Amino acid sequence: MKKAMSPDARRASGVFTLFVLISIAAILISLNTGTLPIPPLKVIQTFFGYGDFTSTTVLFDYRLPRILITMLAGIGLGISGSILQGLSRNPLADPGILGLHAGAAFGLIVYVTYFHSLNEKASLFIPLFTFGGGVAAAFFIVLLAHDKFKGIMPIRLILVGIAISAGFGAVTLFLSLRLNEDTYLFASRWLVGNVWGRDWIHVVSLLPWIFILGPYAWLQSKTLNVLSLGDSVATGLGAAVQKRRLLLLGTAVGLSCASVSVAGSIGFLGLVAPHLARRLVGPMYQYFLPLSGLIGLVILVLADTIGRAVFAPNSIPAGVVVAAIGAPYFLYLLARTK
Amino acid sequence: MFNTSSPKERGRNPKVYMLVCLFLLAFAGLAACMFLAITFGAKELSLAAVWSAVFHYDSAVTSQQVIHELRLPRVIGAAVVGAAFAVAGALMQGITRNPLADAGILGINGGSMLIVALCFAFFPHLPYSLLMLFSFIGAVLSTLFIFLLGSMSPGGLSPLRLTVSGAVIAALLHSLTSGVAIYFDLSQDLAFWYAGGVAGIKWQYLRILVPVLLTAILCSMLLGRSVSLIALGDDIAANLGVNMKRIKVIGMALAVVLAGVSVSSVGSIAFVGLVIPHIARKLVGATYQLIIPMSALLGAVLLTLADLGARTVDPPRELAIGIMVAMIGVPFFLYTARKVGSEL
Repeated sequence: MKKAMSPDARRASGVFTLFVLISIAAILISLNTGTLPIPPLKVIQTFFGYGDFTSTTVLFDYRLPRILITMLAGIGLGISGSILQGLSRNPLADPGILGLHAGAAFGLIVYVTYFHSLNEKASLFIPLFTFGGGVAAAFFIVLLAHDKFKGIMPIRLILVGIAISAGFGAVTLFLSLRLNEDTYLFASRWLVGNVWGRDWIHVVSLLPWIFILGPYAWLQSKTLNVLSLGDSVATGLGAAVQKRRLLLLGTAVGLSCASVSVAGSIGFLGLVAPHLARRLVGPMYQYFLPLSGLIGLVILVLADTIGRAVFAPNSIPAGVVVAAIGAPYFLYLLARTK
Repeated sequence: MFNTSSPKERGRNPKVYMLVCLFLLAFAGLAACMFLAITFGAKELSLAAVWSAVFHYDSAVTSQQVIHELRLPRVIGAAVVGAAFAVAGALMQGITRNPLADAGILGINGGSMLIVALCFAFFPHLPYSLLMLFSFIGAVLSTLFIFLLGSMSPGGLSPLRLTVSGAVIAALLHSLTSGVAIYFDLSQDLAFWYAGGVAGIKWQYLRILVPVLLTAILCSMLLGRSVSLIALGDDIAANLGVNMKRIKVIGMALAVVLAGVSVSSVGSIAFVGLVIPHIARKLVGATYQLIIPMSALLGAVLLTLADLGARTVDPPRELAIGIMVAMIGVPFFLYTARKVGSEL
């Protein structure tokens, strides 16, 4: 049964196209900015193999991997945030606030303790370790926020998340102090959301996570729609609530933890992107989930560019820029919720 | 209150004896902990040396010098600051009726960190005392901000809203601080200032710190009765003749002075103000005229022990004292949050 496109879908595809254009513009600006500016035309020339040596080196060895990482991480965090908000039925859910990032940080420190190197083949395993940490954090959060009679309670979820962040944060700090000064510096910078992954190997390590889990989440958008109506309604509509929820929670944890593994612990993005997307195209997951990923991409690429360009020659971590915008937005949302 | 009852009543009421015993026990515990903390450390000292260094100080003896110049100010500092954090937490919990209130969780530390970072960036040669003043101002500003923000929203200042907005503001301030620190390449100086903990306390700071904090703690104790009435609910307190606005403002001001001065002298130590008042409440009941002094004693014990632990777990290196406290504080916070969450 083929239907004509509903008005919702038409609107969604319009907004989506617009954001694709915006993100292309953002990427071009980002490619252009840096200590050595390369005009957009030259960027395109270089891509097709007609660039000179310097611009080829700068573009392919330095800028492109970094931008790809910010793009992928932005998508991952945007999608992860929207899944979490649907699952918890809590508009304030965000992987950073819920403590998943703190768990990921713990995983990263464990990795650094055992492998030491951050740039060789072994760095393919980084997302695995952060995922492990994130799963541990998620496990604790679900365990503690779960009530025998009322299921997972949205309010308690946030309080527990704050506590879990603090706990994992303390353990991470403890471990990183035991290592050495460099590791400590790395960990402390990572925690404010410094995009540190700069090599192709980091792109490769992040790519499969986003490319497998992202589309999977999108395919599950019907389930997400149903789940966000409430457990009893979802069960009534025939969804295997517990199983689906666990799978989707795992997806969200995987997406966010893989993203932050090379892009640093970037907070508030997973909160802001879904909200903007929902405002633009409404609450149906098949429309707003991909848009949320795209908005995440735009915000993170721009934040990283601003952090690099405006404060040159020093740079400010992208996470700081995102937090400076995202935290006031969060407070605004908090003030509005009853 | 046990001190107003006549001896006859005291004889009949075993609870009063219990309370007196508890306070004596807490006091003895504090004294013992402080003595332990002075004795143990990187350099082993005999108890006799400690005794004579404290009571007949002779600057010619090395071990006595170690005690007098390094350990004694440190231990006294830890005790006073611990008491201050705990009392600040108790006041906030009573006045806002929020069992999750704590200086660290509510982001008071964040403001002072940001101001210190800015001072390091723009006025690198400020003397220590001015730096402390600025850091205190930062703490006051961020507290005011959090409370204004919380009370502006339609539902009022609910425990949840206060906690969450505090955590978010803390995250924001922390993130901005790191931005400033990274931009001006100050990370190490700042880490030194903040991880310094109680190790950096010297006699000349104690001369300011101790009178200010002890006065504030005493004033808080005087406020105890009104705070217990407020904790019953605004309506009841107003009916019982409490000047709500005045007590709330004075109480919060005291809490900010206690927390702000402590943060500016030892860095950010969260969870003391959360954990201790709860334990005190379990021990002495729900009246704040008892909770506040008990919190002061227990807070002093906790921080003295935490500092001792931080020094002795991995000598000669020192762990950050905040980590030691967080190890105890986090499980406790979870327990409380679970209880609060189910009431909401």
